[in-house]
Amino acid sequence: MSTPLTRQIESLYLGRPATVTAVRTLTDKEKLFDVELADGPLGHEPGQFVEVSVFGYGEAPISVASSPTAPGGFQLCVRNVGRVTGALHRLEPGAMIAIRGPFGRGFPVDRMRNRDILFVAGGLGLAPLRSLIGYVMDRRSEFGHVTILVGARTPGELLFNDEYAGWARSPDTEVHVTVDRAAEGWTGHVGVITTLFPRIQVDPKTTTAVIVGPPVMYRFALAETFAKGVPEDQVYVSLERRMKCGVGKCGHCQINGIYVCQKGPVFAYAEIAGLEEAL
Amino acid sequence: MTLRVMEKGDLASFVERLIASEPGAVGPVRKDGKHVFARLASVEDLDLAYTTTLLPPKKYLFPPQETLLRFRLGAPPVVEPVLEAPPLVVIGVHPCDLRGIWATDRAFGDDHVDTNYRARREAITLIGADCLPDEHCFCTSVGSHLPEPASFDLFVTDIGDAVTVEIGSERGRALLERYARSREATAADLAGLQKRRHAKEAAVKARLNVDVQMLPLLLESVSTSPLWEQLGAKCLSCGNCNLVCPTCYCFDVGDLMQLNLEEGERIRRWDGCTLVDFATVAGGHNFRREAKSRVRHRYYRKFQYLMTRYGRSFCTGCGRCSRSCLAHINPPETINALLAEAEREEA
Ligand SMILES: Cc1cc2nc3c(=O)[nH]c(=O)nc-3n(C[C@H](O)[C@H](O)[C@H](O)COP(=O)(O)OP(=O)(O)OC[C@H]3O[C@@H](n4cnc5c(N)ncnc54)[C@H](O)[C@@H]3O)c2cc1C
Ligand code: SF4
Ligand code: SF4
Ligand code: FES
Repeated sequence: MSTPLTRQIESLYLGRPATVTAVRTLTDKEKLFDVELADGPLGHEPGQFVEVSVFGYGEAPISVASSPTAPGGFQLCVRNVGRVTGALHRLEPGAMIAIRGPFGRGFPVDRMRNRDILFVAGGLGLAPLRSLIGYVMDRRSEFGHVTILVGARTPGELLFNDEYAGWARSPDTEVHVTVDRAAEGWTGHVGVITTLFPRIQVDPKTTTAVIVGPPVMYRFALAETFAKGVPEDQVYVSLERRMKCGVGKCGHCQINGIYVCQKGPVFAYAEIAGLEEAL
Repeated sequence: MTLRVMEKGDLASFVERLIASEPGAVGPVRKDGKHVFARLASVEDLDLAYTTTLLPPKKYLFPPQETLLRFRLGAPPVVEPVLEAPPLVVIGVHPCDLRGIWATDRAFGDDHVDTNYRARREAITLIGADCLPDEHCFCTSVGSHLPEPASFDLFVTDIGDAVTVEIGSERGRALLERYARSREATAADLAGLQKRRHAKEAAVKARLNVDVQMLPLLLESVSTSPLWEQLGAKCLSCGNCNLVCPTCYCFDVGDLMQLNLEEGERIRRWDGCTLVDFATVAGGHNFRREAKSRVRHRYYRKFQYLMTRYGRSFCTGCGRCSRSCLAHINPPETINALLAEAEREEA
């Protein structure tokens, strides 16, 4: 196969050529893309992100939604909100894109081994979390009890709902799902994600919590998690910011003095607790 | 340091020969009563008797708009990285602007090296020149008033009837040997240089009332100061201060298609953290919604965030933001007010 993207000159801003091998519609707004790099594996950690190029439209930071333990390429779950994400949504299998990265710091899986894990995923937050959930499911015996809380505004907006049953079938794993507003045919729980907390048991000594969701969710979900007694250094979040380079140059992603593209997007709560601009 | 001396007429013919023989030469040129760095067609264009330029020479290292990639759509798309690095001699760079280049060298050279910046940087020769401070300059407060030998190739200082030339690099030495008539410096020349430097230091009027190295610590305690409210209420979010600053290096990236809709470029453009939507993400959430948090962010970058990371102030004291801010927001008044507030609180 010929290499479609030239690479004679070293450039910080040139991506690796990649092919979209499959596209699946998840909801009205989100699609899941299978991506394969022409020159080898991505080599990411759960929680890292890539910069995705659709030439003619630009580049956008997108979390890797699949676990590094999954075979083949990797997956991106993309919400259509604008120029680049809209262009991605129009791509058909076989389309060529470019990928820079993986960038940033992912979830510290080594620190989580043998611990109980509480996942809290609001909306699109399940996309980055799915890379870690997949990792934990594939190495199930290396982790303790797993609790997964998933919330979305409406049933139609729930991401990856065909996977919840499979997760729940794993040993020692429970999955709780809620929607803010029910729709016809919905028989599950109704209420914001924090209304799931009374239903779960958390041992604060053995639990690591991982919370990812929209900006408004963090304050409430964190309060519930701390109310369960989980210490600040055992709570991880993944934060979104505007990002234009992914490599610590463009300045867009800063939280106070911290470059989210370098030190994040994953942070222990204890690392950002004192920063006014964090949450 | 190696110090040489040129007669003034010899400096003019040196510049003339540089313009004639080197691929490109730029320097301060008078335009509408102000100075700008611009292409020199002859030595007459060059006006070294200037205080400051509208834009710093940063524009030659990190242009306002720059192509990063060039591509042709298709299956597959063909993509070429672009590294433009025209050789250039920049004449007449003041010590504060040399410090500005020190700052962008750090920022773009750190961790992931910015290939586009590096290519331009390596193709540039810097000939510094001493300056004439105005009421906005406060270089002495941030320690950027003296030229550091590692920051230039050559540095000229007008000492009255002659000019001294400091040699900062082999490249500078070679240029001097090739194109200039110069002689060794005498004790009298050295004394003249010292005198000139003292006179300049004395002419700098604006100042920060604090040892600049203490600023990261000071800023630690004043992040919720009412001053930020006041500055936020005045700030027009126009981005002028970012635009003119030698150490502002934030950028935006986007694709630009040609009219044939087949070929295009990935472009980066200067951006500014004081502009309203600098921290807005898709979905509309703005992480720095209020002007006060944007102004504060800019000051914290200069005097704390980047300063802590790279060891020296990221403000060069050039005074450009003071001169260009329609709301009269400026570093000396801001820092001194914060300092006074912190002292009041301690008392
Ligand atoms: C680390 C990280 C991981 C991410 N992971 C994912 C992921 O897994 N999946 C996913 O779908 N998204 C993810 N995102 C978000 C994604 O990067 C953005 O949605 C994307 O960059 C939007 O780009 P766009 O070109 O499609 O939208 P744009 O065209 O840039 O804009 C989208 C919307 O925002 C508005 N907008 C844009 N610029 C401005 C502005 N300056 N002022 C006001 N409004 C503006 C537009 O009006 C438009 O409605 C992630 C972001 C980060 C930082
Ligand atoms: S130049 Fe002045 S008014 Fe304009 S953004 Fe900067 S501080 Fe605000
Ligand atoms: S902050 Fe103002 S005075 Fe300081 S370097 Fe930038 S433009 Fe010059
Ligand atoms: S995304 Fe550009 S500095 Fe972080």
